[in-house]
Amino acid sequence: MPVKKASQRSFFGKALAELGEADESIVALDADLGSSTKTSDFAKVFPDRFFQCGIAEQNMMGTAAGLAAAGKTVFASTFAVFATGRCWDQIRQSIAYPQLNVKIAATHCGISVGGDGASHQALEDVALMRAMPNMTVICPADANEAYKATIAVASMPGPCYIRMGRADFPLITDEDAPFEVGKASILRKGKDVTLVGSGQMVSLCLEAAEMLKEEGVAAEVLNMATVKPLDAEALIESVERTRCVVTAEEHSVIGGLGSAVAEFLGENGNQPMVRVGVRDSFGESGDPEELMVKYGLTKEDIVHAARKAIARKQKKKGFLWRK
Amino acid sequence: MKEKARLVRRHIVEMTCAAGSGHPGGSLSSAEILTALYFRVLKHDPKRPDWEGRDRFVLSKGHVAPALYAVLAEAGYFPTEELLTLRELGSRLQGHPSKGKLPGIEMSTGSLGQGISVSNGMALAARLDSSDHRIYCLCGDGELQSGQNWEAAMFASHYGLDNITVFVDRNRLQIMGDTEDVLSLEPLEEKWTGFGWNVIVIDGHDLERIIEACEEARRCKGRPTVIIANTVKGRGVSFMENNPDFHGKCCSEEQKDLAMSDLEGCL
Repeated sequence: MPVKKASQRSFFGKALAELGEADESIVALDADLGSSTKTSDFAKVFPDRFFQCGIAEQNMMGTAAGLAAAGKTVFASTFAVFATGRCWDQIRQSIAYPQLNVKIAATHCGISVGGDGASHQALEDVALMRAMPNMTVICPADANEAYKATIAVASMPGPCYIRMGRADFPLITDEDAPFEVGKASILRKGKDVTLVGSGQMVSLCLEAAEMLKEEGVAAEVLNMATVKPLDAEALIESVERTRCVVTAEEHSVIGGLGSAVAEFLGENGNQPMVRVGVRDSFGESGDPEELMVKYGLTKEDIVHAARKAIARKQKKKGFLWRK
Repeated sequence: MKEKARLVRRHIVEMTCAAGSGHPGGSLSSAEILTALYFRVLKHDPKRPDWEGRDRFVLSKGHVAPALYAVLAEAGYFPTEELLTLRELGSRLQGHPSKGKLPGIEMSTGSLGQGISVSNGMALAARLDSSDHRIYCLCGDGELQSGQNWEAAMFASHYGLDNITVFVDRNRLQIMGDTEDVLSLEPLEEKWTGFGWNVIVIDGHDLERIIEACEEARRCKGRPTVIIANTVKGRGVSFMENNPDFHGKCCSEEQKDLAMSDLEGCL
């Protein structure tokens, strides 16, 4: 059955334009990438509330802070790699510390950026944003969630980072499904292992769960759309039943979803877990699908990780150091 | 007003001595600029710090927080007794300004080079809201070495933000010495002109001239104004004047007595 796919960026642009219609305090800032990030959809309808900042992201974030200090709800958009790395200090000092109402809507996250290569593949952005106090971090699983997250953060005070992809991702959540910032959702019930995913890896978790079923393994799939604050309640509820976890993210295993789950379980539980993610490396040019294979981000990688986690659960007696 | 500026200087020395740290040099050089702004230029109301129609002031050189706190206290935003809590645990007077902690602080600053960008956002918001309030920003000269300022300068002139007035406290000294030795800023006037700004150069210790320059800035339409205020770092305290050692260091108890006696007389 062909899977329906859609673009998170397009759904974000649509949501932003709708928000602009409903609320005059919404403004959008762009750093010369509006046609890619889709803030151009907003610009077309509300040119007076759209500010082109040019290739000057640091000033864009500072300007966003000033607008927010004056009561505006600001969406500042560019590619994830620039939005977080190039102006981390501006976000820290001028946005997060004074808790201003700036929504950093970043696109082109992860290895699936493809041909542009490592310079443009943000694999550390979640780590950078998650380490920042006052920052909420959202990684929508598909275009429907990108739309809903955009609408949701507009009415939520304070800084927020939304992470979206370049490519079209499979539509796996229902248009009518509720979305709440800070709440994970169970997309598939199972008792043997919990697959916790974020971003497009959630769809791969679902495919992996289907493969595991053929091996007689019932995998639960948890969509952790909000990486910070982590929905600890949902995690506990699931892991208490399955007693082992796999995380899957299109991001470095350092500092992202896998780290967040490991930190929580390290302090609050002792369930075996395995992380699927990029192993502390830069990306490179290639087709997105080839890159996902090379960097260990496939459904097969998730299945393999699930087998490892389950094996450790079954043999678990103290520490086990194994490959 | 001269008396106010003198009081502000005394507060600066007392606060930084009580705290045992802080930045007296640049605080002293900007005493007249801040005094003129808060006692003559700014449209503001210390009783209503959140009044929407107020002019905004952004202290881009956040390390001279002692000067800003002294002026805010003298203006009535909070009791002057609180000044001596500077840098103490639990104090509203953080080492660098923190928005939301203390009335009158419009933006958290301290990491240099960010104030003009923030002013840009505030200026755009004023325009969107059809409000005639103005945005004032005080930068150090050394911080202009940071690239973000020039992104911001380009942006403000591109959007014709004539409701912004930026002061540059041109005291010519930074931690490692003369700005022209560390990383030269000159020709500074030409840089700003080249970026499309209206440039006014003044003596930054002349209160009347500061007020006049702000009036000139208000009359200038279609582009932002920068006032390059030539100042003396450590102004008013004999042994601190033009001495980069007092950029980020307070004086000893003995030095404090000398400093306070320097500040007894009229400047």
